[in-house]
Amino acid sequence: MAIRRGRGVAAINYPTGMNLGGDPTQALVHSTPTGNFMVTLSSVDLGQGMKQIMAQICAETIGVPTDRVVVDTADTDTGPHCMGTFASRGTHRAGNAVIQAAKEARQVMLEVAAEELEVNASDLDTDGQGNIQVKGAPQKSISIFDVALSAHFKRGRSISGRGMFLIPRSYPEKETGAMKPSTCYAHACTVAEVEVDDETGEVTVLTVKNVFEIGRALNPKMVEQQLVGGSWMGISHALYETTEPYYPNRDHGGTDFNQYLMPGPGDLAETEIIVLERPSADGPFGAKGPGEMCANPQIPAVANAVFDAVGVRIDTLPITPERILRALKARAAS
Amino acid sequence: MELRKDYFADVRKDGLNEIGQPRPRLDSPGHVTGKTAYFADRNFPGMLHLKMVRSPHHHARVRSIDTSEAEKHPGVVRVLTAKDVPHNVYTILILIQVGPEDETVLADGKVRWKGEAVVAVLAETERAAQEAAAKVKVDYEVLPAVFDMEEALKPGAPLVNEYHGQNYYLYDSGECRKVRFGDVEAGFAQADHILEQSYQSSPIEHAPTETTGCVVAPEGNDRFTCYTNTQAMFFTLDNASIILQMPGSKLHFVGGTVGGGFGGKVDVIVEPIAILGAKLTGRPVSFVYSREEEMQISSPRAAEKIVIKDGVMKDGRIVARKVTGYTDAGAYSRHSPYGAQKGAAHYPGPYTIPNVWIDTYCVYTNRTPSSAMRGFGVTISDFALEVQMDKLARLIGMDPLEFRFINAYRDGDMKAHRQPTEGAALIECMQEASRAANWPVAEKYMAMSSYRKGA
Repeated sequence: MAIRRGRGVAAINYPTGMNLGGDPTQALVHSTPTGNFMVTLSSVDLGQGMKQIMAQICAETIGVPTDRVVVDTADTDTGPHCMGTFASRGTHRAGNAVIQAAKEARQVMLEVAAEELEVNASDLDTDGQGNIQVKGAPQKSISIFDVALSAHFKRGRSISGRGMFLIPRSYPEKETGAMKPSTCYAHACTVAEVEVDDETGEVTVLTVKNVFEIGRALNPKMVEQQLVGGSWMGISHALYETTEPYYPNRDHGGTDFNQYLMPGPGDLAETEIIVLERPSADGPFGAKGPGEMCANPQIPAVANAVFDAVGVRIDTLPITPERILRALKARAAS
Repeated sequence: MELRKDYFADVRKDGLNEIGQPRPRLDSPGHVTGKTAYFADRNFPGMLHLKMVRSPHHHARVRSIDTSEAEKHPGVVRVLTAKDVPHNVYTILILIQVGPEDETVLADGKVRWKGEAVVAVLAETERAAQEAAAKVKVDYEVLPAVFDMEEALKPGAPLVNEYHGQNYYLYDSGECRKVRFGDVEAGFAQADHILEQSYQSSPIEHAPTETTGCVVAPEGNDRFTCYTNTQAMFFTLDNASIILQMPGSKLHFVGGTVGGGFGGKVDVIVEPIAILGAKLTGRPVSFVYSREEEMQISSPRAAEKIVIKDGVMKDGRIVARKVTGYTDAGAYSRHSPYGAQKGAAHYPGPYTIPNVWIDTYCVYTNRTPSSAMRGFGVTISDFALEVQMDKLARLIGMDPLEFRFINAYRDGDMKAHRQPTEGAALIECMQEASRAANWPVAEKYMAMSSYRKGA
C-alpha cells in the first residue's frame, strides 16, 4: 500500500461557434455628442467579460482609448440580433460585428474631421489618444470631442455604423456527413501529474501544465482568468462531479454546494498556463474562442495520469476513489 | 500565465493600442462590491412569486389535477395548468426549423421525468406560493420508465416521448448522424492492431453562482418587460412569442449581466410561464429557481456513452477509426440533437486518419432533460478520444506524446467531415507542453510544424 505518482498527457482542438441555423450576430455603434462611443448588442455577458472585450475591439477599430467606449448588453428594444452567448462564439462573432460597425462609424468620423481640417479623409489617421491628425503632419489635428460636436451640432451627421457577422447555415450531407460546423479551431495540450493512494483510491492532482493556442489574446489578463478557471473545472469534471451517485435515482443527488462535490481551495493543483497565438483568418484581430476548450484537456490528462500511477483504466467519469479501488481489486483478482 | 510570442510570430501583427493590453475590466468594481444589478435586484410593487408543482415520478399518466385547495390558500392569486398556455408544446430550435415540438410548458396528460413542471402557483409571497403548491393534488398512474440509453433503444422499451414516436431523434440521415470518410473496413484489414473500447459519463451540473430566473413586469401598454439571465435574448423572446401566441413586439427582454451560465441558461424554461402569469394577473411576476431547483431541475450536461474502435500500425499511424456515440437527451430534445451532431463533426479529434466511420445517436430516456453545457458535444468525446490515444500508444509500445505527433492534423489535411484543416496549432501546443512539462520527445517531432507536411 503506497502513494503512487503518475503523469498523463492529452491534446485537443475545439470549434468556435455553431452554424446549425447560421450563426448571426449584429452590432450597432454610435458616438455621443462629445465623442464617446456606444456599442449596442443583444449579446449577454456571463461574467466572462464580454463587455470589456467588445469595448477594446471597438476602441482599437475606431482609434480611441477603451475607456471612451460604453457597451450596452442586452436589451431587445435597442439591441440588434445575437444568436446568444454560447459555443465559444461571443468574442469571435460579436467581435467581428463590432469591428464592422466601428469601421463604418470611424469612416463617418474621419469624413467630418476632414471637412473641419479641409483635407481628404484618406489623409487622416487616429492617434489612439482621442485625436485625429493628418498623416505625416501630426501638428495639424482635431480632437474627436470636437469632431463629434461638429457632427451633431453643425454638420448634421450621425457618426454611426452597422455591423453583422453571419456564417451561412451548413446542412450536413446525409450519407457522408460532409459539413462545415464551424470556422476556426482553438488548440490545447495538457500534462497532469497526480498522486494516487492505492489504499483509499484518492487522487491528488499535483500539477497541470496547460498550453493553449487561442488565436489572439485580446486581453491577456482576462484570457488568464478564463483559462485558470477552465482548468479548475476540467479537474473537477475528471474527479468529482456527478448528479447521480446512485444512478439512476436522483433522490440522493446534490441539492446544494455542500452535497454536489467540487474541489475546494485546498484541492487546487499547481496550475501553469502558457498561451500561443496563431491568428485565425476570420477572427476579430485573429481571436478564436477559448471559452469552452480550456476545460477539456485536463479530464483525459488526469485519467491517463491515474493509469500511469496505478495501472488501472477508469473509462467512466468521474474517476472516483470507489471506481479506482474496484479496478485495483479486479486487477488483483485476475 | 506566459504568452509565448515566438510561435507564429510571422503571421501575427503585434503592437496594437488596445488589443493585447491587459486592461482591467470596467465592470469588475461593481461585481466585487456587490453594486452590479442583476435581474433579481428588480423588485416591483405588487410583485407575485411563482412556484412550480413538479412531478414526483419519472414517468406517469396524469389522471386528474385538483387545484381547489391551493386556490383557497391565503395569498394565492392564480393557479395555472396546461390549458392556460396558448401553445403548450414547443421545442427551442423550432426557430431554425429543427423539430418536432416535443416538450410541454406545463404537463398535459403525462409526465416524462421526475421534476417536470405540472402546475404553476402565483402568490403574494414565496412562502404562500410554496404552501399552496403543496396543496395541489395530482392523481398519477405510474408508468414503466427507462433510464439507460441501451435499454431505451431496445425493442419494446417504454416509449418516452410520443412526439418522436421512438426513443431516438430522427435525423434526415436516419436514426443517427453519420460521417463516412475513406473505407474503414479496409483500414482495419490493413492494421497491425485493433483496439475497441467503451467510455461513459454521467450528467453534471453547471452550478452557476446566480440561479436561473426572471422577473416580468407589465409595461401598462399591453407590453411586458422580462428581466432575465438567459444566455440568448432572442432565442428566448422568439420562443416565448410562439408559446404565448403573442406578437414579439409585445415582448421586451432586458438582460446583459449574468452570474455564470456555462450553457445552463440557454433553455427557454422560466420566461414564457412568468410572462403568462403577468399577463393573466396584470401584476409583476418573479420566477427564480432555488438552489435545489437549479441542481435538480435545470438541464445538466448529457450523459454519454462512446465506443471507439481503432486500427493502428506498429509505426504509430492510426489507419482506421470507428466511433459510435450516444447522447442521453433525457425526456425532451432541448439542444441535445445538435450536441450529438456536433460530436459527429468533432470525431476523430485533431488527428488525420484516412478511414473514418462515425454514428452519433441522440437518445430519449426518462431522465432530466439534458442540454447545452460548456464543451457541448465535445468534452466527453475528448475524454474518450484522448484516453484511447494513450491506450493505443501503450499497445504499440510508443511514448504517448510522440504517438500524438505522428497523427496530429496539419494545415491542408482533410478532416473526416470533409473540411480541409486551416490554422492548425496542435503540434506547437505539444512542443511547448514537452518543454514546459519536461517530457522530452525525439528531435524530429520538435522540428515539425502545423504549416506544412514534412519531417
